[in-house]
Amino acid sequence: MHAMPAAHATQHHGPPTSFIRKHIFSLDHKVIGKQYYALALVAVLTGMVLSWLMRIHLGWNNAAIPGLQLLSADGAPAGKMTPEYYLELMTMHATIMVFFVLTTAPFAAFGNYFLPIQVGAEDMPFPHFNMMSFWTTLVAFCVLISVFFVGDGPPLSGWTAYAPLSAIGKVAGPGQGTGQVLWATAIGIFCIGQLLGALNFISTVLDMRTKGMTLARLPITCWAWFITSCMGLTAFAVLMPACVLLILDHLAGTSFFIASGLVINDQLLPHSGGSTLLWQHLFWFFGHPEVYIAIVPGMGIVTHVLVTNMRRPMLSMKAILYSLWALAFLSYMVYGHHMFVSGMNPFSSLAFSFPTLMITIPSTILVLIWIGSLYGSKLRINSASLFALGFISMFVSGGVSGFFLAQPSIDIMLHATYFVVGHFHMVMGVAAMFGIFSGTYFWFPKMTGRMMNETLGKVHFWLTFVGTYCIFMPFHYLGWAANVRRFASFTDDFLKPLIPLHQFITVAALFTGAVQLIFIYNLIHSHFKGAPAPDNPWEGTSLEWSMPSPPPWNNFGGKDPVVYHDPYQYGVKSSTGADYVMQNSPEQITAGGD
Amino acid sequence: MAKLLALTIIVIAIASAVPVVMHTWEAPADVSTHGHLIDEQMSETMIEAGVSFLAAQIILAIFIWKFSSFRSDGKTRTFPGGAKGLVIAALVLVGAEIMALGAFGVKAWATVYFTPPSADAIPIQVQAGQFAFYFRYPGPDGKFGLLHPELINEATQNFFGLDPEHDTESRDDIVTAGMAIPVNKEIHLLMHAKDVSHSFYVPALRIHQDFVPGLDLSVHFTATKIGRYEIVCSQLCGLGHYSMRAYLDVMSREDFDDWLKKEAAMQ
Amino acid sequence: MRTKLSYAAGLALLAASTIGFAGPSGGSISGKVTYQGTPARQKPIDMSKEPGCAQQHSTPITTETVVVGPGNALVNVIVYVSAGAADESSPPSQAVTITQKGCQYLPHVVPMVVNQELKVVNADTNSHNIHPLAKINHEWNKSQPPGTPPFSEKFEKPEFIPVKCNIHPWMHGEFAVLNNSHYAVSGEDGGFSLPNLPPGKYTITAWHESYGDQTQDVSISGNETKTINFVFKAKPY
Repeated sequence: MHAMPAAHATQHHGPPTSFIRKHIFSLDHKVIGKQYYALALVAVLTGMVLSWLMRIHLGWNNAAIPGLQLLSADGAPAGKMTPEYYLELMTMHATIMVFFVLTTAPFAAFGNYFLPIQVGAEDMPFPHFNMMSFWTTLVAFCVLISVFFVGDGPPLSGWTAYAPLSAIGKVAGPGQGTGQVLWATAIGIFCIGQLLGALNFISTVLDMRTKGMTLARLPITCWAWFITSCMGLTAFAVLMPACVLLILDHLAGTSFFIASGLVINDQLLPHSGGSTLLWQHLFWFFGHPEVYIAIVPGMGIVTHVLVTNMRRPMLSMKAILYSLWALAFLSYMVYGHHMFVSGMNPFSSLAFSFPTLMITIPSTILVLIWIGSLYGSKLRINSASLFALGFISMFVSGGVSGFFLAQPSIDIMLHATYFVVGHFHMVMGVAAMFGIFSGTYFWFPKMTGRMMNETLGKVHFWLTFVGTYCIFMPFHYLGWAANVRRFASFTDDFLKPLIPLHQFITVAALFTGAVQLIFIYNLIHSHFKGAPAPDNPWEGTSLEWSMPSPPPWNNFGGKDPVVYHDPYQYGVKSSTGADYVMQNSPEQITAGGD
Repeated sequence: MAKLLALTIIVIAIASAVPVVMHTWEAPADVSTHGHLIDEQMSETMIEAGVSFLAAQIILAIFIWKFSSFRSDGKTRTFPGGAKGLVIAALVLVGAEIMALGAFGVKAWATVYFTPPSADAIPIQVQAGQFAFYFRYPGPDGKFGLLHPELINEATQNFFGLDPEHDTESRDDIVTAGMAIPVNKEIHLLMHAKDVSHSFYVPALRIHQDFVPGLDLSVHFTATKIGRYEIVCSQLCGLGHYSMRAYLDVMSREDFDDWLKKEAAMQ
Repeated sequence: MRTKLSYAAGLALLAASTIGFAGPSGGSISGKVTYQGTPARQKPIDMSKEPGCAQQHSTPITTETVVVGPGNALVNVIVYVSAGAADESSPPSQAVTITQKGCQYLPHVVPMVVNQELKVVNADTNSHNIHPLAKINHEWNKSQPPGTPPFSEKFEKPEFIPVKCNIHPWMHGEFAVLNNSHYAVSGEDGGFSLPNLPPGKYTITAWHESYGDQTQDVSISGNETKTINFVFKAKPY
């Protein structure tokens, strides 16, 4: 592609002067990125504590959790968790993790910080929208958390909020009135925040690339964020109206999702004419691209980190890029695999299963390229690369269970069991998290000007890698044994023998959760006391390594950088004797290149 | 450290495969006529997924082991065949594999969903409502009485909202809390949702179908082994979701007739 | 000699005081509640989904929407003073208790006074979620995992409230929140008694969960016992 002329931010913002402009209502994409990261950190710790409570209850169903009654007197009388409270914690755990961690950290946090830098821009084209996108997301988080404190608690319908359970109001159960409405409101607000963010990301990639930064020279992370934004624009644009319709069913007496003749709690509901399955179609049309929104940035980050640490580009960056596009494209065609036995036309189930099986192909290409590129490389082992390698292992593990779930006939046995829970936790809960960890260890020096503690980083990796396998691999065994999910207690005859395995998982979960405190400590301690970081600690080639650590408020000091090469010039002979040439280095390269 | 990672990956991969190979945790034995197709599909997929899983993890581990001794003077080498070979392998091998799985899987699916129930299948209605299943047999007249949701009264056990006072067809309907069926006889299960979404899952029968409020669906199946099995709700339906289950008793024809007579007397 | 005398005097004083402290007044209303016709059959309850409860009943219990006794007695009818007695300014300090045992509400009907403490006990090894379907009072439901202590609630307005368990659809009971503590529940023989009624004109209401209510007016003067009977029409459906 020919070089595009450099564009400038249509709204130049001057250097921040007040404390508020510097740290709170900042227009600077870097501050916004860090704010998103901080939000994701609070969210992940909250979500993790919720998962501990869930796991303890599942392993030791009748045990009292001392103090839990302080959190909810009705939800846990004398510390013993009620079934509705379990489901409420589960709903909040999933909602917080999917939206405020997995969509926020790899995409909004790292993307906001590094996308403008990696394309060579001073900032995004719409800094005010960008600031609004963070604050909107924060408001969404606050509205979501408020359900713990108002009405009769959080909704219990899961993050999937299937109608009519989620639509008919408090007759359906505790938390289904005010809690469900607030939940839908929070998610609707979140969608708006993400749409504003996607708008900025897309226009940054298309319009803000600096001189010489053709589309072909974009680092893979930029492509990953761009592809994710395109998915976000379309997916969140469907979820938001779905939430509006849900709220209307609660507050305006409509029946979008409620059929006629339903009797609950001795009442014949007045609704009629609505469609139960409509919610599922709307939700999963969003929901499937959403899981790729959660993983694609991580794939970009992991590719970027690995290339830097292997000292060679991937065997084919084009294959990686086209595979990411294929994943995004196919993700819209597969959503019905969540609905194989939902009551939709069984022919539709087959129709959805074929693209679902086909999506294995780009996923396999990615894995083969990643692994194949390791061959003959000069792999460096550090915390960032360890998590990137762990990502590959986790993505393989989580991905092969997709073989089973993609087939409707097998889904008959595995639908709504712990097999599904194991599958998505491995790909989202672990692989995507590993992408976030890898990005953190990799970019922390640039963002803060200090190095993280490598020893602690390695300890964090080892214990988390083994710990997460101990937690989530057994979920698949539970699923094969037909252990149905979203059960607050295992009282069925065929489930009782599985309780010891649940107890093993709980211990692993509590242990692995505690290990994350090492990471938190490392983050905080290194922020203040870490060794000073050089500009380019990893000998990277992309533009972020050409600037000071941390970067100044206007990134490139008011000048437009010029890009001469594609982003992965490793394994070449540079004039300085190094084995890499940076993107903005004018020197000619005689060997290597892609 | 890299070598330790490689070993750890291999150990984890093999340890993960052990319970699968040893059948430590698996689905209850199949007692249906169609289930073997699903089980065969499962085994084939298990082999393909298992081989892919082990191969990928082991090769990843080997490469991490071999190529992590960083020598700044050495040259990098390219995987033989480069990206092209790998992409073609992905397209051809994985493509063939998934087409095979997809094509063969259609048969199992079709047996459950695309074949109509036989004309002499026993019709049984099941209603799912927070938080129990109730079943209805049509009685000697072979007809189900109409459902009147406004007449549902759990206190008097009128779970279906029948009106025996005015609907003669519902007078001989038999409503039960457990499901009994004769062995080796096809059952046509008519599914009705009373309040929210539920699901009918009988692992041993290889049957799984959601109840959809507003949509009356049906499945059909034949049980091949006498015994007691559990029906569980697998679609989150509220606080009592975990407790929503019923027993399915597969009986000899004579025992089933006796059971039905006893239940009819208790209506 | 003097000890024996003082003993006798003390006893006489005691006897006199007991007679003197016979209560506020001595009038009472009693009678029987019966039915005419054929009541709907009470069906046996299949508790197989909760084996811990099913095991507690060697023969299954039946529904309790119409409980009858010998001689056409109608049981579980709440007979109470609906007019003529003063509303009580403060509720009795004693709590009324409902117990969930064997997946059954014991007792089946629980009358109580406005604002009187209601204690809810779970005596089973499984969870229950008691849900009084109140329309005038605040509607609530509460889960009780096994082994948790009883909890207390109260109702602020008079109302007849059906009670169900959210987890076990066959469980059914009735709360009757009344204005005063002059109430009785008809027993196995259909009999009831409302003692301690001061002289006055009273309206007595008999309420049955399936057959509705009936009223009769009664006047009490002095310490008399008046007898009134209620006859409800039973329906086979």
